[in-house]
This record gives sequence, structure tokens and C-alpha cells, in this order.
Amino acid sequence: MNLQSPLGKARGLGAAKSGTNHWWMQRLTAIGLIPLSIWFIIEILLAVGNDYNGAKEFIRNPFTAIFLILFIVLTFHHAQLGLQVVVEDYVKRKPFEIGLLILIKGAAILLSLTALFAVLSIAFGGA
Amino acid sequence: MADFVLPRNSKVKSGKVWPKPEDTSNTRTFKVYRWSPDENENPSIDTYTVDMNSCGPMVLDALIKIKNEIDPTLTFRRSCREGVCGSCAMNIDGCNTLACTSFNSEVKGDIKIYPLPHQEVVKDLVPDMTHFFAQYREVEPWLKADSQPPERERLQSIEDREKLDGLYECILCACCSTSCPSYWWNADRYLGPAVLLQAYRWLADSRDEATGDRLDKLEDPFRLYRCHTIMNCTKTCPKSLNPAKAIAEIKKMMLERQI
Ligand code: SF4
Ligand code: SF4
Ligand code: FES
Repeated sequence: MNLQSPLGKARGLGAAKSGTNHWWMQRLTAIGLIPLSIWFIIEILLAVGNDYNGAKEFIRNPFTAIFLILFIVLTFHHAQLGLQVVVEDYVKRKPFEIGLLILIKGAAILLSLTALFAVLSIAFGGA
Repeated sequence: MADFVLPRNSKVKSGKVWPKPEDTSNTRTFKVYRWSPDENENPSIDTYTVDMNSCGPMVLDALIKIKNEIDPTLTFRRSCREGVCGSCAMNIDGCNTLACTSFNSEVKGDIKIYPLPHQEVVKDLVPDMTHFFAQYREVEPWLKADSQPPERERLQSIEDREKLDGLYECILCACCSTSCPSYWWNADRYLGPAVLLQAYRWLADSRDEATGDRLDKLEDPFRLYRCHTIMNCTKTCPKSLNPAKAIAEIKKMMLERQI
């Protein structure tokens, strides 16, 4: 039985004093990804038919490498922020929710580092 | 997970079909959600056929006629019958709206009437509004000022007063909040469009001196930021207000004080 008052329930644990940054970053990364995605698609289409060396040449170009890094960072950051919202919206069991949030963050960090490592290796001639 | 299907004891069955009025063909069929806490039964949909020759034009007129002439056990809230009290909010023909300002003639076919969605039902068309009003209480919807009260009323310029237009008209019917998917899944923590519009009504009031405290209390991933701008609230508001815009204004204020 729950005899807590309605106001007590409504107030709950109080305001977390965060949220604006998450919301703002989600908008900013979305806006940043619009031109970057268009650039990325065009570059991929231009690269169709290139061989391995051609692809390496392409990524070695400093501008390409920098934009690729930016694209990777924004994509994974945006994806992580968005998935976090989905989990918070729909997953109701706390331990499960926290586990999923850690998993999403971890996966985003691991995958983006892997992609960044690949770009940097090629850019600095390691591969 | 959030509850996407009704629990077993809430599954809606087909209900009673009440006798048709004789000697008239000018009738409309009303399919109305019924549930009583006194009977250990699942909710059901009763079918009423109403003689439209002796019925007023509004859905509320038909409900009152049903209660008076066909089935006195039918339970619903109403008071002002002119769209200012917010009591008769219900789901009519799939949309949350006020029964007293909805024309029967605007619904095609059978007129389906349900209580506001995703709220606990007290009886028939009466939802439990306890939590909704507790959330309203939580945003402290009254003027807060530390300055010495003036001799007469607190002054407000005409331009500042205009900032409250589109906010003060809210009648707290809860049509918007109960149409909001985010409110369905997270009403325990998300304040919902009605209460956030009311919160903004005080944030936008030039006479209020507690703006920062009010924003502090809303700065929360759930209380405010569960709004994903789905816009159901604005679409459904029977007073044609725009809660989604009020929420966007709150988010703008949050940002403004950070950057
Ligand atoms: S904003 Fe509109 S729908 Fe929402 S409670 Fe106020 S009057 Fe009702
Ligand atoms: S705009 Fe926000 S408050 Fe309105 S229905 Fe959508 S999520 Fe709910
Ligand atoms: S009876 Fe008052 S709003 Fe409908």
C-alpha cells in the first residue's frame, strides 16, 4: 500500500538540475550532421570504383581526414544521445535501464574510437 | 517496458445494447465506455440510440439525455456546459476534447466516447485527476514576489500583459496531457503539456520574481525534457492553445540562462 500524498508523489526526488545540455547537444549535433552527411555521401559516391590505394589516398587528404573525424564524433555522439532518450522513455525497470545506458555509452565510445583509430592510422601512413 | 497493451482486467468487452426509441428515424448511435468499481467486471462499450429530435446539438447534451432518459447509472463530469470549466473532457471520436463544445453533427457514423486515455478510471467517463492536479500544485501556480507589495495592484505594461495571451485561457481540462505519448509512458515524472503551459504562464509573467527558482525546478530530464515535440497536445487542445510552443519557450529560457 502506498500512502504517500499526491503532492509527495508528484515531487518525487526533485529536479535533477540537468537536461538542458543533453537537449542542446542533441540539436547541435543534428544540425552539424546535415552538411557533414551530405558531404560524406557525395565523397562515397565519388569514391565508388576506387581501389584500396585510391581509398587510402583519399583519406590521407588532411581535409578529408578532419571532416571524417568530425563526422564520426558527431554521429556517435548524436546516436548515443538519441538512444539514451529512447531507453529513458520506454524502459521502466531501473537496473535494466542503467545497464542499457552504460552499454549504449560504452558501445558508442568503443565504436567511435575504432573508427577514429582507422582514419588516423591511414592518415599518418600506418596502414 | 512502458505499457503498450491494456492489462487483462482493463480489456474492453462489448456491452449492453439499450433499446431504441420508437416512432422516429432521426436517431444517432452512441458507443460509450462503461466501467464500475462496484462490479468485478472488465470495462465494456454500451450502445445507446438517441432520438435527435429532442436532443441538443452537443455531445454533452446527448450524454445528459442518455443519463436522464435511458440509463441513470451513466457517469461523467460536467459543470459549465460552455467550455470554461474543463470538467467534461473526454475522448470523442478518437480525439480528446470537451463534450460540451463538440457538435454531434461533426462526428460521422457512431459517436464513440471514452474517458481520457491512459488515466486510471474512477467510473465510466470519469478519470482520476489526482496526480495531474498534484503536478499542477508542484509548479506553484501563483504569483511569487519578494518586493514589498504596492499600495494598489502590481502594475504590468500592456505589452507584458499580452505575453500571457494564449496561456491564461487554459482551463486545465487535461486533454493535451492525456494525448501526449510521453505523458502516457512517464507521467510519474514528466509534468506534461498542461502543467508545463501553466508553468510557463508564470515564467512569462513580468510581475513574478521567482523565474530562476521556477526554472531550477523544471531543469530535469523527465519533468521538462520528456517533451519530444510530438505536437499531439497542440492538435487536440479544445481551447486552441499551443502547449508545445510554451514548452519550447521554457527550453529557450533554460538555454538563455546557460549561454
Ligand atoms: S492547454 Fe488546452 S488542452 Fe491543455 S489543459 Fe489547457 S485548455 Fe486543456
Ligand atoms: S509536444 Fe511535447 S507535450 Fe506536446 S504532445 Fe508532444 S511530447 Fe507531449
Ligand atoms: S462542462 Fe465545462 S468545459 Fe464542458
